[in-house]
Amino acid sequence: MSTSNAKAPAALRLDRLRVEIDGHALLAGLSLDVAAGQVVGLVGPNGSGKSTALRCVYRALRPTTGTVRLDERDLGALPRRDAARRVAALTQENGSELDFTVREVVALGRAPHLRGNQALSRRERELCERAMADLDVTHLADRGVLTLSGGERQRVLAARALTQEPAVLLLDEPTNHLDLRHQIELLSLLRRTPTTVLVVLHDLNLAAAVCDRIGVLAGGRLVTAGPPERVLTAELVRDVFGVTATVVPHPLTGAPQLLYALSPSTPPGDA
Amino acid sequence: MSTTVARGRTRRRERRERGALVLQVVALVAVLLLSVLLAIGLGPATVAPVDTARHLWAALTGGTIAADDVTEYQIIWQVRTPRVLLAVVVGAGLSVVGVAVQALVRNALADPFVLGVSSGASVGAVSVTVLGAFASLGVHALTFGAFVGALAASALVYLASFSRAGLTPLRLVLTGVALAYGFQAVMSVLVYLAPDGEATHAVLFWTLGGLGAASWGSLPVVAAVVAVGMAVLHRCARPLDVLALGDETAASLGVDTAAVRGWLFVVTSLMTGAMVAVSGAIGFVGLVMPHLVRILVGASHARVLVLAPLVGAVFMVWADLVARTLAAPRELPLGVVTALVGVPVFLALMRRRGYLFGVR
Repeated sequence: MSTSNAKAPAALRLDRLRVEIDGHALLAGLSLDVAAGQVVGLVGPNGSGKSTALRCVYRALRPTTGTVRLDERDLGALPRRDAARRVAALTQENGSELDFTVREVVALGRAPHLRGNQALSRRERELCERAMADLDVTHLADRGVLTLSGGERQRVLAARALTQEPAVLLLDEPTNHLDLRHQIELLSLLRRTPTTVLVVLHDLNLAAAVCDRIGVLAGGRLVTAGPPERVLTAELVRDVFGVTATVVPHPLTGAPQLLYALSPSTPPGDA
Repeated sequence: MSTTVARGRTRRRERRERGALVLQVVALVAVLLLSVLLAIGLGPATVAPVDTARHLWAALTGGTIAADDVTEYQIIWQVRTPRVLLAVVVGAGLSVVGVAVQALVRNALADPFVLGVSSGASVGAVSVTVLGAFASLGVHALTFGAFVGALAASALVYLASFSRAGLTPLRLVLTGVALAYGFQAVMSVLVYLAPDGEATHAVLFWTLGGLGAASWGSLPVVAAVVAVGMAVLHRCARPLDVLALGDETAASLGVDTAAVRGWLFVVTSLMTGAMVAVSGAIGFVGLVMPHLVRILVGASHARVLVLAPLVGAVFMVWADLVARTLAAPRELPLGVVTALVGVPVFLALMRRRGYLFGVR
């Protein structure tokens, strides 16, 4: 069932990334290491710079200062196509201007690997079929993407990213629009693939379940990073998110799970 | 076991799809050739297709014609052939540019003239008429003036909409539309100041469009520009697909959106400028042919960019035939015919197929 087979995972390093737009610092010197083959989560409140960090990696944004390194090589120095052969992204863009078929969209994952109008090879076609099967969209293959629901489309775009055969996979809130089953399936797929994964997640419980390490962002800086059980504490959640939570270990896996109470004054022993 | 079955299925579909495209292209080329032959023969003086073919053959091979046939030969070769061929070139070119511009500005309502090219051409042409610019070029002064006007308008739109983020779709459309109003104002002033009705005539021709000015002199230039442009755009089929998924996704797929938009802008401006200079702004075709073809064969640019020019060329040949024969000896403006014939066909197809564009 493993999807990526061609490329060895790469180590990703964000090195003192700083992004300023119109005098606002969206990232204020962010450094983060993602070891080869690991799944690392980025969490943080709105506007903390999670998406901005990913955008620097998939080259939608050039950092004002700082570098993104892939196995120690400066990713920004590579030609765009070369970079896209190594780094794939599932962005927050969930739409399409034109009503391509699902199969056509998934095949576009091969774009950085192909010249001009070069057709897909047999291996590449099979790669597309396998990615569609992994994301449970094979039955939609001939449907137009504009006729799909948001969640179905999200899975199609994830299949497209896998088809890119990246060494590093970036996902910006991949569970958006997905129903519960497909959220769990997508995240367990991330666990299974040998690819290095950097994923932005809002749901801290899902992040705790899927990530080897979690980086917490606030104000464009890394607050802390480490294994979920060390990072996701009631104290941190209060400091960074301004929310009171009770942390309990998952009865089966032992991963930290956060329980929230809606009223801010309810939890006993409130700090 | 199941993998082998799936693999066989993939391969069969591949063959079927490629076969279908080849078949569509062959059929459309046949229809186009037939349409051209018929259209050259039809008109106030009707010539049978066999005689048309004989005259064309004589012209191409340098054969001889009987003395009685000279007038007919003249009509066929000097008047109608360049006109019908120009219909082919402009029909194909406008359709392809329409596809590219809709991708460039990510807008279903875009057509080749949305970026101000046609109003720029009108200003250029009217300036020639009123101010006597480029007088040294003789009969070509008007065409040249229109072309220069078109390019100047494009350059202005480019400069005005350029920002740090490159050419963003919405800025392009807004700038194009705004500047078009400006050009129309300039044109009105020129017409108002002009001593006679000549300027009004020029304005009418360039805003409604028509193929009456076709000649062997201008045809090769337009044909070459359109052919090269079509080839370039066809090579960009995949980046155009990627662009439709959005700029973020395009960046993650290694497409330099700013560079692609810049190239698209230059190529489509040159093509539109060349076409407008000889035929004015023929409306509707560049807006609707891209949609029509997508309804029929899907959105993939590799297919659309091959089929749209053929469909557009066939459509334009017949539209021009109607324009010059329906009210003969008077000529209907071509833009009127393209709209009257095309709109109902388009609406019917769109309703039947549940066509979707840009829904999020």
